[in-house]
Amino acid sequence: MGSLRLENIRKSFGKVEVLKGIDLEVKDGEFVIFVGPSGCGKSTLLRVIAGLEDATSGNVLIDGEAVDHVPPAKRGIAMVFQSYALYPHLNVRDNMGLGLKQAGRPKAEIGERVAVASKMLGLDKYLDRRPAELSGGQRQRVAIGRAIVRSPKLFLFDEPLSNLDAALRVNTRLEIAKLHRELSATMIYVTHDQVEAMTLADRIAILNEGRIEQVGTPMELYNRPANLFVAGFIGSPKMNFIPAATLRDGGASTVGIRPEHITVDAQEGRWKGTVLHAEHLGADTILYLDTEQAGFLTVRLFGEHRFGTDDVLYATPQPERIYRFDDDGKAIA
Amino acid sequence: MSKARTSPVRSAAAHAILITYTVVALFPVLVIIINSFKERRAIFRSPLSLPNAESFSLIGYDTVLAQGDFLLYFQNSLIVTVMSITGVLLFGAMAAFALAEYRFRGNPLMALYLALGIMIPIRLGTVAILQMMVAGGLVNTLTALILVYTAQGLPLAIFILSEFMKQVSDDLKNAGRMDGLSEYRIFFRLVLPLVRPAMATVAVFTMIPIWNDLWFPLILAPAESTKTITLGAQVFIGQFVTNWNAVLAALSLAILPVLILYLIFSRQLIRGITSGAVK
Repeated sequence: MGSLRLENIRKSFGKVEVLKGIDLEVKDGEFVIFVGPSGCGKSTLLRVIAGLEDATSGNVLIDGEAVDHVPPAKRGIAMVFQSYALYPHLNVRDNMGLGLKQAGRPKAEIGERVAVASKMLGLDKYLDRRPAELSGGQRQRVAIGRAIVRSPKLFLFDEPLSNLDAALRVNTRLEIAKLHRELSATMIYVTHDQVEAMTLADRIAILNEGRIEQVGTPMELYNRPANLFVAGFIGSPKMNFIPAATLRDGGASTVGIRPEHITVDAQEGRWKGTVLHAEHLGADTILYLDTEQAGFLTVRLFGEHRFGTDDVLYATPQPERIYRFDDDGKAIA
Repeated sequence: MSKARTSPVRSAAAHAILITYTVVALFPVLVIIINSFKERRAIFRSPLSLPNAESFSLIGYDTVLAQGDFLLYFQNSLIVTVMSITGVLLFGAMAAFALAEYRFRGNPLMALYLALGIMIPIRLGTVAILQMMVAGGLVNTLTALILVYTAQGLPLAIFILSEFMKQVSDDLKNAGRMDGLSEYRIFFRLVLPLVRPAMATVAVFTMIPIWNDLWFPLILAPAESTKTITLGAQVFIGQFVTNWNAVLAALSLAILPVLILYLIFSRQLIRGITSGAVK
């Protein structure tokens, strides 16, 4: 229990069309992440699923039932917000229990469920504190706890990690992954961070300008991007795009090659270039090359390398890792 | 403040300006209070000197408390002011919430319409208001004053509060909706506590003109039983003879309640600022 189906969801604010027909099927127990640049409509889509916004047209089905006219609290969903959104006047226990209290559940049951959730998240010691007395990470855990307590069919996360600092973000990410395994609940998660998307998701839906560009497992998106947008969005540093004409590659408009799929050699190779800048990250070395044949290229080498600015190098793409795109930006199989 | 950003000259100048302003603002109040404790001749002979053994007199206060029904006037003023503030805050906040929170056709027009009252003085409508009150049988009642003052205070209240309510986190309101709170609970339990500083500001701005108003009490409720304190003080100002002792004593007394109300709201204001918000 906990499947979701979106049928041709459209949403306009005045004359601005934010969602332009979204179709998506999420299976029970699946972890699906919406990812896309800011303004692509991913948060709006989440709010439509939650019932906080009405879709202009289209249907939302939870467990096969249309919920378009069901208020948010009755949809069997729980949401975790970016700004935590804890009730400032209630302590942690009441923050987590309020939803159940509103639903008219008996006190004993509420207490029990709050106890289970707070134990799962290590919040037992803080139950009597107010949100103002908690750190950012603790507040976000309370917000997650508030969602767990309601044992919803569907968890919705709206950029839950973007207010946390880097170290805490990694920890909370692991916690969310663990939570998904333990609860085996259906989760929908919105983020603009592709690392979060790649590490957490069973499937990723990439949104751009109100449309879903591609849906697939992280590795499908990485290995078989459907178009230029997806190819450029997934992977860091970004994929190199080279106009096919400069490479005299007939039949394609753009050629793409990921920085990690280029090898360099000081003696020989396909494209001759000079190093504009080198970034030494320890595990990786990232080179920015200006090549004669292919223009500017980013190259990611694993491990430490001694290349520096102005070195002359030869870059060679791995032939089986070259992507080709047609005039519309679609991938050529 | 860091040392690099303070210079003694600058802070002295700033304090000089502030002190000058304080003196200018407090001077009339001080003169009223000083002179209310003096006998009539002393008031005119040297209005700025403090009362001494010779000139000290409580005749003004005696007159005020003996003549006229001053306790009743106080009570009237308090009832009118408190009820009007309550009305302004309650209805103003509700309207502001609707304007800030809900998207509906004509929202900006409605906001403009409700804020227009800031620019148009309500006194221009005095004749119409009087006709309305006569038709409604509300002349010489405190209700008439409360209604007029509530209307007078609403535009500014809505204007200020809707700006503040827009800043209350959407996530918090949505979290309330997800938990099944009604819009009223969201408004009263989540939003209002967070805009308390703005409410205190609005309360202070609304309260003072109402307390000080002479115009509407004179026109709408001049009867003995509904007189407010400012109107009551006029008893002692005659066409030919003015009992200055009594006028000054009445005014001094009239400052007290408004001062107390102000202190209450200003404490709320500070508490509102320091209480923990969303993050």
